[in-house]
Amino acid sequence: MRESKRFCRAAMHRGTTWVALCVAALVLLGAAAASQAQEADEPVETLTLGYLGVERDEDREPLSVLDPVLDDEGVQGARLGISDNNATGQFLGQEFVLVEAIVARDADVREGLHELLDAGAEWIISGLPRERLEAVLADEALGERIVFNAAAPDNVLRGEACRPNLYHTTPSRRMLADALAQFLGYKRWERWALVYGKTPEDERLAAAFREAAERFGHDIVDEAQWPHDPMARRAEGGFHAIQREIPVFVQELADHDVLVVVDETDYFGEYFPYQTWRPRPVVGTQGLIATAWHRAHESWGAVQLQRRFEEHAGRWMTPRDFAAWLAVRSLGEAAVRTESAARDTLLDYLLGDDFELAGYLGLPVSYRPWNHQLRQPILITGPRMVASVSPQEAYLHPHSPLDSLGADEGESACRF
Amino acid sequence: MSFLAHAGTCPRRLLVGGLLAAALLLPLPGHAERVFVSNEKDNTVSVIDADSLEVIETIEVGRRPRAMVLNGDASELFVAVGDDEAIDVIDLESLAVVRSQSAGDEPEVIRVDPNRSYLYVSNEDDDVVSVFDYARRTLVTEVPVGVEPEGLGISPDGRWLVATTETSNMAHVIDLETLEAVHHRLVGARPRHAEFTADGSEVWVSSEIAGIVTILDREDDFQVKHTIRFDVPGVPRETVQAVGVALTADGRHAFVALGPSNRVAVVDQQSYEVLDYLLVGQRVWHLALNDDESRLYTTNGVSGDVTVIDVGEREAIRSIPVGRFPWGVVVAP
Repeated sequence: MRESKRFCRAAMHRGTTWVALCVAALVLLGAAAASQAQEADEPVETLTLGYLGVERDEDREPLSVLDPVLDDEGVQGARLGISDNNATGQFLGQEFVLVEAIVARDADVREGLHELLDAGAEWIISGLPRERLEAVLADEALGERIVFNAAAPDNVLRGEACRPNLYHTTPSRRMLADALAQFLGYKRWERWALVYGKTPEDERLAAAFREAAERFGHDIVDEAQWPHDPMARRAEGGFHAIQREIPVFVQELADHDVLVVVDETDYFGEYFPYQTWRPRPVVGTQGLIATAWHRAHESWGAVQLQRRFEEHAGRWMTPRDFAAWLAVRSLGEAAVRTESAARDTLLDYLLGDDFELAGYLGLPVSYRPWNHQLRQPILITGPRMVASVSPQEAYLHPHSPLDSLGADEGESACRF
Repeated sequence: MSFLAHAGTCPRRLLVGGLLAAALLLPLPGHAERVFVSNEKDNTVSVIDADSLEVIETIEVGRRPRAMVLNGDASELFVAVGDDEAIDVIDLESLAVVRSQSAGDEPEVIRVDPNRSYLYVSNEDDDVVSVFDYARRTLVTEVPVGVEPEGLGISPDGRWLVATTETSNMAHVIDLETLEAVHHRLVGARPRHAEFTADGSEVWVSSEIAGIVTILDREDDFQVKHTIRFDVPGVPRETVQAVGVALTADGRHAFVALGPSNRVAVVDQQSYEVLDYLLVGQRVWHLALNDDESRLYTTNGVSGDVTVIDVGEREAIRSIPVGRFPWGVVVAP
C-alpha cells in the first residue's frame, strides 16, 4: 500500500565537515491511495520537519559488547514517526516530510541547521547534546521555528535556560532520578550509597539524584567518585582487575540499602552488579535503571511500536529513537486534530488541555505549559525485564501524577 | 459401619453421580445463561454459571486469548488467540476447543457477520482487517485501514463494519457489500472499541487515551455527531480511559468501561448524559449484558475478576475471581 522513498543528496565534503542531507517522504502509490483519499478534495497540506543530529563520538561505545554501536540513533525514531503520521495524514490531506542533517563532530552544527532550513524544514527535531543545541537556538536563521529536544537531558534547559521555542520530548535527568527514587521509596530502600563517574554528565546526574533523594525522603549515606578513566570495552572482561577493585572501592562506604551508580556515558557502571562488598542491588544508570523506553517494555500496546520500529530500522528502539518519535508524533497529532499546518495553531493545541498523545506507556503524555517538558511515565527496568513504571501509586499530585516526576511548576526556574 | 464399608466400594459415587445425572435431565426453569471470560495471561476461558455466579469450567485455549464472539446460532464461541495467530473455536455443548483456524498476524478483535459465514478480524501488525469465511475456512480478502487496527463494530443489518485504528486515531467505515473502507473519521486518541446501537443508527467509539466516546451518525456518512467526556470525581484524569462499551437494546442506557479508574460509566443513550459511575474491579476492560439486560458483566484485568452489576439498581452485586488478566466477556444464552 505504501512505499518509502528516500532521496539523498550524497554526503557533501567541505574540508573537515560533512553534512548528509536526506529527504524522506512516504509516497502513496496506485489505486489504494486514490481510493483512500476519501472525500479529501482539499489540496494536500505539507509539513516539513528537519532532524538535526551529530555524529557519534567514536571514543564512546557502550561498555557491554552485547550492546550494538549505533550510528542512526534518534533519526530512525523520527523516520518511523513520519511514517505513522502519514498513515493518518493520507486520509486527511496532510503529508509529513522529513529532511535530515547529521553533522560531523568537529563541524559547526549551524551548517546542518542551514541545510535543513534550505530544504524547507519548518520544525526542528534535535538529536544534539546541550551545547550544540544551544548553538542552534542562538542562530538567527532559526527564526521563530520550534525545536524539539529529543536528546539532551539537562535540567537547566527546562529551568534557567528554557526558551519559548524549545520543547522537550526526552525526560530530564531530574525526571529519571525522581522516577527511580519513587520506586526505591516503594521498596523502602531508603539508604543510598552514591557512586559517580568523572564526566560532567555524571556530576549533573549525581546532583539530580541528590535532589530526588531530598524530595522523596531518602538518605544518601555516603558518596564516592569512581577514580578510573574509561577503558576500551574489550580491555577489561569484567573480572580481571575489576573483581578485586570494586569491593575494595565500595567497602569503605557506610552501610546502605542500595548502591546508586551514576555513569551516564556507560564506561564503568556495568561492572558493578555482583561485585559489591555488601550484597546490595545496583541501581541508577546500570543495573536497575530509569528510562523513557526499553526493549523489554511490551505493555499497553508497546509491542506494536517495538515491532513496527524493528521492521523499519532493523534493530531495537532506544530512548533517543523514542524521544524523536514522540516529537514527530506530537506534531502529527496536533496537525490532524486542528486540521492545520500553521505554527501557532499547532502550538496552541500542543500546550492545551486537549492534547493527549498515546505513548504506549499506559497514561497519555502531554506538555507542561510552564517549561514545555513532555510529561511521561518512566520505565524502571532491569536488563531483561521491566520491574515497574513510575510514577508510583502512592505519590499523589494535585494536578497530574506525572507531575510528581521532575521539577514542578512551583519550583521550576523557567520563565518564558 | 461394616455395611457402609462393605457396600461403600462404589455406591456413594454412583449415588451422587446418579443424582447429578437426574438433576441434569430435569427440565430447568429457563436454561441458565453462561458467561465466558477470556484470561489473556492464563491462556484459558473461564465459564461462569449465571445463576450461581460461580466458575463452573475453565477451558484451555491458545496463547493470549482476547476478543470472543458467538457464531450465528450461538452453538460455538470464537476466541482470538493472538500469539498463536489463530481463532480457537469452542463448542458450547462440550465446552472444548473443537478446531482452530488461522487468523493472520496478531488477531485481536473479531466480529461475526449476521447474514453470512464471514468473520472479521483486526490484525494489529498488518494494518488490515481480514475477512474470513468460517464455513469454508478461507480468507476472503484483506481491507487496508490505518495503523494498528483494533476495535470492530458491525451494524445489526450487516451492511457496515467500523474498524478503529489505535495509532491513526480513526474509525474506518467499511462497506460490507464492496468490502472497502469508504469513510475515515478522526476520533479520540487510541480508539479501542466500536459498537452500533441496536437500531443501527449510531456507532459508539471509545478512546482509551483520550478517555472519551465519540458518536458517529450513520445517516450523515458516519460523521462525528457527539463526544461524551467522563470526569470521575477524585480520580486522576489520566486514569479515566474508555474501553469497553455495551448498549442496551431498548435504546435507553449505555455502559462504558473506564479502565484503570476502576469505574463503569452509565450513560443515557439518548441525551448522552453521564448518569452515574459504578465502582468495579481494577482496570475494567470489557463489558457484556445478559439476554434480558438485567445484568452487566465486566472484566477487571488487574484484579483478575468479573464484576456483576445489577442494571436496574445500578449496583455491583458480586465479584467473581477468574484467571489472570481477564479481557473479553460474552454471555451465551
